[in-house]
Amino acid sequence: MRPLAQTLAVTALNLRSLGQRAGSSAVAVVGFAGVVAVFVAVLSIAEGVRQVMERGTSPDTVLVLRAGSDTEMSSGLSLEETRVIKDAPGLVHGPAGTIASAELYVVVNVPKRTTGTDANVPLRGVEPAAFGVRPSVRIVEGRRFREGSNEVIVGRAAAHQFSGLDVGARLRWGENVWQVVGVFDADGSIYESEIWTDVRVLQPAYRRTGFQSVYARLEAPEAFARFEAALGADPRLHATVMREDAYYAAQSKVLRTLVRVLGNTVALLMAVGATFGALNTMYSAVAARGREIATLRAIGFQGSPVLVSVMTESLVLALVGGALGGGLAYAVANGYETATLNFQSFSQVAFRLTVTPRLLAGGVAYALAMGFLGGIFPAIRAVRMPVAFGLREP
Amino acid sequence: MTAAVVEVRDVHKVYRRGAERVDVLKGIDLDVPAGEFLALMGPSGSGKTTLLNLIGGLDTPTSGRVIVAGRDLTHASSRELARWRAEHVGFVFQSYNLLPVLTAARNVELPLLLTRLSHAERRRHVEAALALVGLADRANHYPAQLSGGQEQRVGIARAIVTDPTLLLCDEPTGDLDRETAGEILDLLGELNARYGKTIVMVTHDPLAAARAGRVLHVDKGVLVAARAA
Amino acid sequence: MKYLHLLWRNLLRRKARTTFTFLSIVVAFFLFGLLMAIRNGFEGGVEIAGQNRLLTMHRMSIIQMLPERYLAQIQGTPGVRLATHLTWFGGIYQDPKNVFAQMAVEPDAMLRLYPEFILPADQRQRWLLTRTGAIAGRKLAARFGWRIGDRIPIQPTFWRVRDGKPDTFEFELVGIYRGATPDVDETQFFFRHDYLMERVGKPGLVGWYGVQVEDPARADEVARAIDRQFANSPAETKTATEKALIQSFANQVGDTGTMLTAISAIVFFVILLIAANTMAQAVRERTNELGVLKSLGFTDRGVMGLVLGEALLLSGTAGLTGLALVLLAVPVLAKLVEAFLPVFYVPARALVLGTGLAALLGLASGGVPAWVAQRLPIVEALRRR
Repeated sequence: MRPLAQTLAVTALNLRSLGQRAGSSAVAVVGFAGVVAVFVAVLSIAEGVRQVMERGTSPDTVLVLRAGSDTEMSSGLSLEETRVIKDAPGLVHGPAGTIASAELYVVVNVPKRTTGTDANVPLRGVEPAAFGVRPSVRIVEGRRFREGSNEVIVGRAAAHQFSGLDVGARLRWGENVWQVVGVFDADGSIYESEIWTDVRVLQPAYRRTGFQSVYARLEAPEAFARFEAALGADPRLHATVMREDAYYAAQSKVLRTLVRVLGNTVALLMAVGATFGALNTMYSAVAARGREIATLRAIGFQGSPVLVSVMTESLVLALVGGALGGGLAYAVANGYETATLNFQSFSQVAFRLTVTPRLLAGGVAYALAMGFLGGIFPAIRAVRMPVAFGLREP
Repeated sequence: MTAAVVEVRDVHKVYRRGAERVDVLKGIDLDVPAGEFLALMGPSGSGKTTLLNLIGGLDTPTSGRVIVAGRDLTHASSRELARWRAEHVGFVFQSYNLLPVLTAARNVELPLLLTRLSHAERRRHVEAALALVGLADRANHYPAQLSGGQEQRVGIARAIVTDPTLLLCDEPTGDLDRETAGEILDLLGELNARYGKTIVMVTHDPLAAARAGRVLHVDKGVLVAARAA
Repeated sequence: MKYLHLLWRNLLRRKARTTFTFLSIVVAFFLFGLLMAIRNGFEGGVEIAGQNRLLTMHRMSIIQMLPERYLAQIQGTPGVRLATHLTWFGGIYQDPKNVFAQMAVEPDAMLRLYPEFILPADQRQRWLLTRTGAIAGRKLAARFGWRIGDRIPIQPTFWRVRDGKPDTFEFELVGIYRGATPDVDETQFFFRHDYLMERVGKPGLVGWYGVQVEDPARADEVARAIDRQFANSPAETKTATEKALIQSFANQVGDTGTMLTAISAIVFFVILLIAANTMAQAVRERTNELGVLKSLGFTDRGVMGLVLGEALLLSGTAGLTGLALVLLAVPVLAKLVEAFLPVFYVPARALVLGTGLAALLGLASGGVPAWVAQRLPIVEALRRR
């Protein structure tokens, strides 16, 4: 019998006899499933944050901060400076001038729905052009705030995560009372975690005369270099220019890294534990079938088909476990809405846990790696075992 | 008449396998006086091992009574039987039944773990028992390192280490060659003659039975008249 | 105890199997300890937060500043023993990646409010005499290799310097504090508020106030009393116990507690299956021997006890080994995660819980096999093999 045919035959025998070793095999499968489930679920947090940061941001939108600042909160721009920025070349022109919005970014205490305790929610003061800069922003309930009045609109995700932000609600921040007049959607982007209002009303409320950032729309993504150079050459200004997508990617880097490190560490440790469990299962599978394997070899089946068949069994168990774990993680975690604190901006970012195909593939790959390690050593043992010894085993 | 150590009165034992009903013992009456060496012979399936089990408290009769060393075992609970066995009975098995993970000495020590003896006292008893069976120098060997005959000696040492009232042997020489079997039987004979141990031995080997003081035949669940020993 | 030898030898019966099961349990408990340390790092402050400390912030949000003149009124509120202010600086030291808390404070009052920061008397004295003086936590100083006397330049981000001199704040390190207990943050940097105000044009602002109350039982009452004084003013306050604030902060991060508990539960479940499977196999292989033990006089209960004992021995030693390993590893890991989790250690209650779980694991994994062993009829068992 040729090697391939031998391999297939032995493998088929293997898998059929799996039923007898059901208990032990189930244990290995559960082990693999657990590892993959945790891996996928935890990393779906990082993925969710990444997507929120990437969505609704585009390479043709730029952000200008004071030189040396890496977040809006630590930046500061005077009115003069914002005018210079808005007049720079490379920006799209609208009916009222370039499409650019000078903005202020602060944080307000709003209770979190799940715990009732206060959370730092971003409150962004914008100019009318902000809606032109960010075309993804659409009102889905109520209306826009009126300029000059203490009205706010709330991002959809923020409205879900924090209490008291429904349309019509009145909020007291500082000495003023503000009213929620609308809810907006922003293509699943970070802006949905924010509350927006007129920057000219926000400034006095926070006793500020200046701004912190300018968001503007480029004529085309390639116009970035021209824009940046013009601002760099201008002596009236010390500014840092960034693309919107790059800025938000950097803003979430720490958080994402943290989650990824945590997820990978936990998954790795679990994988080590599960691999030991798998080794157990496979060794006892080989031991249980010791006689059978020896007989096959005595008949004339060669060593490598036996090895491959044992490996196949291990990998099949791993695949089943991986699929189960991935499926479980998907069912439980995917789409789950939550919010966390972004240390870099010191404010809440609302996002959904996201299980991507890539993540699932990663989980399955993990499982296969465990299956491989769990099977290779018992498989080698099965092949090396002296035939006569195997036949003698009770 | 010396007091009977074992009294079996009209004992029946029935096994049920699903709908099937097997009458293994059908009315056994038996007295075993103290200090006797009794052999129970019979073909396989005759019920001789079952009878031995009943005498040893490993099982209880379906009807009738079993009284050993003055204690009625018939309706004793599993716990009471266990306690009783620990004190009064030593078993010797055909396949020795030693724990492969323990040394000879540790195997012999097992019944003593059920007593309140101290570690040092237990060790003394073990050494004495091993010396008696002639295996003092193999105390730290594992069963895998011993020959069949030696394993059985350890089995016997284990059986006598608590100084039980009764020694029950189930085909003790069944797995041994002629010469080794002889040695084992010599040992049993010595335990009986010199130390006065009451022994009930189940065997199908006439040469083994010949060493006993009395031979009884069991066939199809009943005692048959003794043939000339 | 006399059965220990028997239990031990039984475990060694199948060395590979016992070893693998042992190792997987060790890893599981190592992970458990790690998760508990992480959780403690996020939420641990809740338990040990000063019972008698309050924090008074601007009502709108923590980033809003409060007037300096509030100090006198807060100090005068009935029930307040001590009040002082702290102000966030948020500057950059060399590289924006070097993240650590920098705060401007009143040296003497701050040290009295936070007695868990231990600073030698001479260093404290020096700080009072040095306007540009600053103190750093032990771990922070170690991270950057700072020594007493070093000049620490920090670049302000949102603070605007108005004294005509270059932006950079040059501090002189006059002291290094250490924490009284392992749960104290030793990665903070404190300098003098008067120096900050001097450089930024004396706006008379502070970040928030720290308050020590005389009677912890009346903390909430005092908090309300403080806030009442500033109600309807341009800068309203919100006062809460330190404990409540830390909890609130932990909540902001998210339900890390639930997530970590869920992961721990999955890990425990998986390991339970592995251990239970091992014990079940072990008992299945030993039917004959268990019968022999019963024939020797071991009661049904006794045999059950032996199986449970074996499971407990395996799970117990493996679990304790895992916990011991994580106790050794965490202090080493703490250096790596210092920037994110300044407080990183395995709390005592995690060890207690872990030990309990190891015992539970033994009982649960051995439970069914023990039951089976107990019920084995002797004659049947002896007949096998």
